Amino acid sequence: MAKVPVQFTLNGSEKAEFIESGTTLLHALRDKIGDTSPKGGCHQGTCGACSVIIDGELRLSCLTLAETCSGADIKTTAGLAEGGVLHPLQRAFLDAFATQCGFCTPGMIMAAKVLLDRTPNPSREDVVEALSGNICRCTGYEPIVQAVLTAARANSQNAA
Amino acid sequence: MTLALQTFSSVKDANAALLAAGARYIGGGTLVVRAANEGDISVSSLVRVTDPGLSRIAVSGGKVRLGASVTMAAIARQPELATLAPAARAVGGPAIRNMATVGGNLFAPAPYGDFAVALLALDATVVTGDSEMPIETFLAGRDTSRAVVTAVGFSLPRAESFRFLKVSRVKPKGVSVLSIAALLQRAADGTVTAARIALGCMADRPIRARSAEKALLGCKLTPQEIAPALAAASQGIAPITDPIASAWYRAEVLPVHLGRLLSN
Ligand SMILES: Cc1cc2nc3c(=O)[nH]c(=O)nc-3n(C[C@H](O)[C@H](O)[C@H](O)COP(=O)(O)OP(=O)(O)OC[C@H]3O[C@@H](n4cnc5c(N)ncnc54)[C@H](O)[C@@H]3O)c2cc1C
Ligand code: FES
Ligand code: FES
Repeated sequence: MAKVPVQFTLNGSEKAEFIESGTTLLHALRDKIGDTSPKGGCHQGTCGACSVIIDGELRLSCLTLAETCSGADIKTTAGLAEGGVLHPLQRAFLDAFATQCGFCTPGMIMAAKVLLDRTPNPSREDVVEALSGNICRCTGYEPIVQAVLTAARANSQNAA
Repeated sequence: MTLALQTFSSVKDANAALLAAGARYIGGGTLVVRAANEGDISVSSLVRVTDPGLSRIAVSGGKVRLGASVTMAAIARQPELATLAPAARAVGGPAIRNMATVGGNLFAPAPYGDFAVALLALDATVVTGDSEMPIETFLAGRDTSRAVVTAVGFSLPRAESFRFLKVSRVKPKGVSVLSIAALLQRAADGTVTAARIALGCMADRPIRARSAEKALLGCKLTPQEIAPALAAASQGIAPITDPIASAWYRAEVLPVHLGRLLSN
């Protein structure tokens, strides 16, 4: 099978790879580039564990072909911490016990990040809606919703 | 099984490539890549078109034209299309809506196709290359249609004349038990003068509730006057059975939800 070149920005750094045509972005990120923060749960678009941010929009990397991302700006949970300091969302997830087995967490955090980027002070309903494509089998969701609301408050306090 | 992606800048070249065996068009990919991930080997190559015209939304003089690659998220955030936002927002969760296209929704088998239900009530026109056809004709022949759909066109309904409802078990996001869209023209005294009602999950693709449409003419939207239309709604339906609901259940609850949609 012919390999095709893809090139994009991942968490601020340039990546270039040769991949097999038709490879999903999830596969390219995890198995080619080595960013294992997006998780492969269902490969059907149902669980949200593979969520990444492409050009500012939440996408499912399991249903996105890597070739269609050439030139794109891709962000994953692996790129959130800066200089060893966790992102406020990551901090809030830890503090609120919003992560248990952790499998859904990177997807949840990506979904929450696009929400907070656009709506810094979301309502509880906004949070539930933003996370509605992400499934968690452990926490019962409530700690996750609380963590996102806490991170939003922390952000607005920092900004004030 | 590997999948090859072919990218074209023009619809014409893509249409030529789609004639090859095993070639399939890819819009947002939410159904077609999912099928490939699940091991569907009937598709060996995916064809996409990068023409930016396919992602354009044009609203002028009460007419709307949505390029086939316009996403549900793009419709939901377009202020001029606020009347249609509930139907666009009914599709999947946020990430799915950022990917799911208008074109793909026209082909989505039940329980999917919520936005196509809205388009059917609006009597949209489906544009493929040089030809245009009513959405009803398009839906009837979609299994054998190979040409790239480039756009859909329709008259923007007035907010008070268009109603949409999706029923799902999981809130806020969930697959349809059923969806209903209704376009109602009413006289000053509230009497229905024209009605077009489209149903999702009541067949393998969106269908019209023609008997109910007829029964509504001349009625006011009161529980007594709409009762015959609700009774007629089940005529000609063949609901799907899936893990969400059985055909029996869908048929039982259809009049209940149609009644709620019409009388609120
Ligand atoms: C988790 C999940 C939840 C979902 N929830 C919903 C829901 O609630 N409601 C709903 O309606 N749908 C839902 N869907 C189904 C799907 O996402 C939508 O129907 C979407 O609109 C399909 O569009 P797409 O661009 O992703 O289609 P694709 O997967 O790209 O294509 C689907 C089919 O249409 C054909 N096609 C696409 N565009 C064109 C075109 N322009 N010309 C010719 N052929 C074309 C393709 O060849 C393919 O056969 C869901 C899917 C998933 C995975
Ligand atoms: S792995 Fe992509 S949504 Fe589950
Ligand atoms: S923490 Fe285990 S799935 Fe969410």
